[in-house]
Amino acid sequence: MTQFRTDPVGEDIAVVRPDGRLNMVAAPELRDTVTRAVQSGRPRVVVDLSGVDFMDSSGLGALIASLKTARQAGGDLRLAGVGEQVALVLQLSNVDRILKPYANADDAFRN
Amino acid sequence: MTPPGSRAYKGEAAETRRLALLRVWIALTILLGLNYVIWRWWASVNWSAWWISVPLVLAETYSIVDLSLFGMTVWKSRQRGEPPAAPAGLGVDVFITTYNEPVGLVLDTARAARDITYPHRTWILDDGDRAELRAGAATLGVDYLTRGEEWAGKPRHAKAGNLNNALMQTTGEFILVLDADMVPYPHILDRTLGYFAQDERLALVQTPQYFNNVPDDDPLGSQAPLFYGPIQEGKDGWGASFFCGSNAVLRREALMELGILGYVSATEKAVVTGLKDARGILRRAARRAVTPAERAALVATHEAVGDALAAVGNGAPLGEVTFVLGERISELSRLAVAGDLAAIAADLDDLGIEDHGVTAASAAIVGSLATQELSPLNALDAVRATIDAIDVGRSGEAQALLPMATISVTEDMATSMRLHANGWRSVYHNEILVEGLAPEGLAAALTQRLRWAQGTVQVLLRENPLALKGLRPAQRLMYFSTMWSYLAGFATLVYLVAPVLFLTAGVLPVNSYAGPFFWRFLPFMVANQLLFLVASRGLPTWRGQQYTIALFPVWITACVTAAANVWGGRPLSFAVTPKDGTRSERRPLREIRWQIVTAVALVVAVVAGVLRLAVWGAEPVGTLVNIGWVCFDLVAMSVLVGAVRYRGYPGNEEEK
Repeated sequence: MTQFRTDPVGEDIAVVRPDGRLNMVAAPELRDTVTRAVQSGRPRVVVDLSGVDFMDSSGLGALIASLKTARQAGGDLRLAGVGEQVALVLQLSNVDRILKPYANADDAFRN
Repeated sequence: MTPPGSRAYKGEAAETRRLALLRVWIALTILLGLNYVIWRWWASVNWSAWWISVPLVLAETYSIVDLSLFGMTVWKSRQRGEPPAAPAGLGVDVFITTYNEPVGLVLDTARAARDITYPHRTWILDDGDRAELRAGAATLGVDYLTRGEEWAGKPRHAKAGNLNNALMQTTGEFILVLDADMVPYPHILDRTLGYFAQDERLALVQTPQYFNNVPDDDPLGSQAPLFYGPIQEGKDGWGASFFCGSNAVLRREALMELGILGYVSATEKAVVTGLKDARGILRRAARRAVTPAERAALVATHEAVGDALAAVGNGAPLGEVTFVLGERISELSRLAVAGDLAAIAADLDDLGIEDHGVTAASAAIVGSLATQELSPLNALDAVRATIDAIDVGRSGEAQALLPMATISVTEDMATSMRLHANGWRSVYHNEILVEGLAPEGLAAALTQRLRWAQGTVQVLLRENPLALKGLRPAQRLMYFSTMWSYLAGFATLVYLVAPVLFLTAGVLPVNSYAGPFFWRFLPFMVANQLLFLVASRGLPTWRGQQYTIALFPVWITACVTAAANVWGGRPLSFAVTPKDGTRSERRPLREIRWQIVTAVALVVAVVAGVLRLAVWGAEPVGTLVNIGWVCFDLVAMSVLVGAVRYRGYPGNEEEK
């Protein structure tokens, strides 16, 4: 089973770290995790994918749904630590045109 | 003993005359047997001592059935005449199977095999993977094979696996199979290949197994003149002569056909079982599904699996069914991906991101995310189980094709039964063309008999010839007859216990006056013994009869262990028969402890009977009949005295 850890950073940033596969079964929990972070007052979310070795279209759908949740709360969602397979799925689905991955979670909201 | 160089065949007319006499005698014996056993059931069971009377009458019925099957077998025991000439140019591989036999012995066989006159290629199939044997083979100029990497961690299937391994690496149209200690004559192929040229559906020519290290009195009962004579000839007459594991030529095409049919049926079974399991897993998973998308995918896969099973049930080809099911699962993957993409596109639209390029309308995008690796359905274990079920690679075995049957430790009988069931024919050519070595100690001989009996009972329980599709009725009975004969141990036990009970405790299982009993029993018994004499053409059969009785614990052990193996999955504790150089110096009394106990009980019974007769004036006729019966059993079992004292074939020392 995929595990999710949420680390608060600064005043309004949350880093969500899934560990395992981000697939149809794990997708609902990713959305719940991000929603909880946003509701707790941290609308700027980094999803650190360095612990994810596999993602499918359902996992990607959960990322975009989470992006929507964050944006609607006035924040944003950014990706970090993207591995080869995840990058491939981002590219195949054209989502790489919208979400540009950052090298690591610390860089994501540096600006 | 010198090998009988000339065959007993004296022309067609002589065969016809002999068979006519034999058939009259068979009919007479069976009629007398029926007359006896029907009277036993009808009028002479002592129901007040039913616990021994019923087993006894059942044992007698068993023996009458056994006799009838024997009668049916030898009814057609006609010898074949001269074999047709072998045509030139056939491709032949000679296989010598070995596991742990001494290297020198294997090389002696290989040298003789190499020197067979008909052009051929000789292979040593060494399951022991011995460097010394490999080097010896190279010196002799014969080929050498052993199991490869692909067998690591897979079932090895003993000798059947050894032969199957070689079948996949050789190409000869015909295969002569020899055990490591079976030395062929140079003309063996010239005398056997002709049959194949005559009949293109002929799969097997079996020749006798004859042992040259057995003294004339054959203390261990090694020679099987009745089996390798009238019995195999009779089976041959009914189109059902067996493969006996060695000294036989086989047609590769027939074996490969068996391998392919076996692969297909094993695969079909695996797919159907796998799909049934998957259907259950899918149903339970759908009930527990968290999200609607998950549930929808599981319900749809469940439905697809149900349709696939229905199609298999309606006789649709398995390849097509699994392909269609695979396609439907792919389609479900594409649906799931399209649903995800549509949701992503809707979310992006909502966020006001324009021209994002994410769309479910592009088959290319959907397809690229719905491949076997990326499919979101992979997350569902239940769906993965389904996909595994339609993988047709037979990954549990080292080889996809297993031409030699692997359901039994005696692969030979199982293989020939399947050949016959698939419409192939066999020939029994009764001419000694190979000289072999028999075990030279009682322990080794007992191991060998136990293994044959276990293997035969395994086949009976796994592929009952009475039920196997494709056999003709007579062929069913010929296979069944041999299996039936291995149940003799139980009947013998009753035959031994009944007279002991009568002589010691006065329990009488037969309820009759002396007159009617003798009048029915004696003519039958005399006819029965004469039948063996006529059927065997004067070959020595008494040793065989003795061992049938004396080895009753072996036969019972074989039945019990084979049943525990087939039904309970318990190992047979299978042993390779020790060959040369394994003569036991200690007297193997432990091996025959049950027979010793039995003999003591029999002697005590005789003494008790005599006392009752002389001192208490017991009924004389019944007592004398039972004393006679016990003496017969003792004489039969006395064969073990010579067997225990046997120190191996003296001829060997003279040669050395």
